[in-house]
Amino acid sequence: MINHEGDHALQIPTLHPVFAERIKIRSQSEYQKLWTILDSVHDPELPGVTIWDLGILQDIKSHADNAFTIVITLTYSGCPAVDAIKQDIIKALSKAGYDQVNVEISLTPAWNTNMISPEGHKQIAALNIAPPVTNDAPDCPVCGSHKTQLLSQFGSTSCKAFYRCEQCSETFDYFKQLE
Amino acid sequence: MQATSSNKTNSSNTTIGAEKTHSLLNENRYRFALALADDAVVLGHRLSEWCSNAPFLEEDIALTNVSLDYIGRARMFYQYATELEGKGHSEDQMAFFRTEREYTNLLILELPIGDFAFTMVRQFFVDVFYKLYLEQLMTSTDERIAAIAAKSIKETRYHLKRSEPWIRQLSEGTEESRSRINRALDELKSFVGELFIMPEWETQLANEGIAVDRKTLQQDWDAYVQKFLGESNIEFEDSKTLIRGGREGIHTEHLGHLLSEMQYLQRAHPGLEW
Repeated sequence: MINHEGDHALQIPTLHPVFAERIKIRSQSEYQKLWTILDSVHDPELPGVTIWDLGILQDIKSHADNAFTIVITLTYSGCPAVDAIKQDIIKALSKAGYDQVNVEISLTPAWNTNMISPEGHKQIAALNIAPPVTNDAPDCPVCGSHKTQLLSQFGSTSCKAFYRCEQCSETFDYFKQLE
Repeated sequence: MQATSSNKTNSSNTTIGAEKTHSLLNENRYRFALALADDAVVLGHRLSEWCSNAPFLEEDIALTNVSLDYIGRARMFYQYATELEGKGHSEDQMAFFRTEREYTNLLILELPIGDFAFTMVRQFFVDVFYKLYLEQLMTSTDERIAAIAAKSIKETRYHLKRSEPWIRQLSEGTEESRSRINRALDELKSFVGELFIMPEWETQLANEGIAVDRKTLQQDWDAYVQKFLGESNIEFEDSKTLIRGGREGIHTEHLGHLLSEMQYLQRAHPGLEW
């Protein structure tokens, strides 16, 4: 597979195997209704990016009738958004009539940016945040210029770095590549 | 641990020997998870002290994000430790209600933040260590430990990407920045050796494939650090001089002050939650 991020003309739209694995888990799940309901839950720090598309939502299990365990993973181990995400999941499901829900945090597989869906990349870009690229040299999400400069290895959250565009002078967050 | 062994010894006397070994192993495993948690929370707290005090805004954000990674790491290890302990303690109780003597973190992690050069040299030392250490810990036969290591190594690699350019920049910067790097190296060199000491219980765990033999990492650590600093013409002898005691709960005078600040809120309002 040719995956040279700077070279847009050569990009072939294939799914990353890590994301393909997630699709498999979702499509083979018996609980399609719940997956769909959870598509309404967004990352609290990234409004517009769903927990499915970001790769946080990993699995849905059930051990008893109408009792569900939602398995999520954290982007970074100290991510302070975890409690808000848990609450949002429980709230969304309870609104749909599922009131026996608990949220489990799974450590394996460890989250990485390959878990982000192609849709997630678009959602991130729509927030003027540069989505992850393999060479950590993002294009400016505002004007599209390749000439960007790292200002700080951390941006507004652990998962982002802070850049400036040398073309339009805009500063922007870059969603760091993590393999 | 006591509970599990007594439950089972009732059912069959022949398994007593095996149970004792198992119970000891479990206790070692608990000490191990707790020690790694203490290491992470103490460094995490130190780094958080830079909040609003860093040389400039971006650095402020970066240091506190690294801090957050360590606090997250501490939470994962504390959670596991409480499960191994089996007494129903919470992670908060582990972090906020244990005294200085009960803390088993390594001494290098509790030293005050000093100036920016000191903080970055310590971070560089620790990042290089964790890079070597976690890569091995990822293959631990204890799946939970392996999973935490797999999560943490990603963060550590990034931390190192950040501490290295700083060490380079300060070493090759002005006379002032270079002298501060040298001063930090001088102050830290005696504490580095403790990173590679193996208490007996940890050796037992290493024999079981649960822990990593730290001693085997020392040569690689020395070589890596000497080469990196050498490229900026900074001399660093080795990590052999030892000030030790952290794993036995014997600390520098600094830990008590750190804990009094870190634990104040929970001690004043036990059980307080956000």
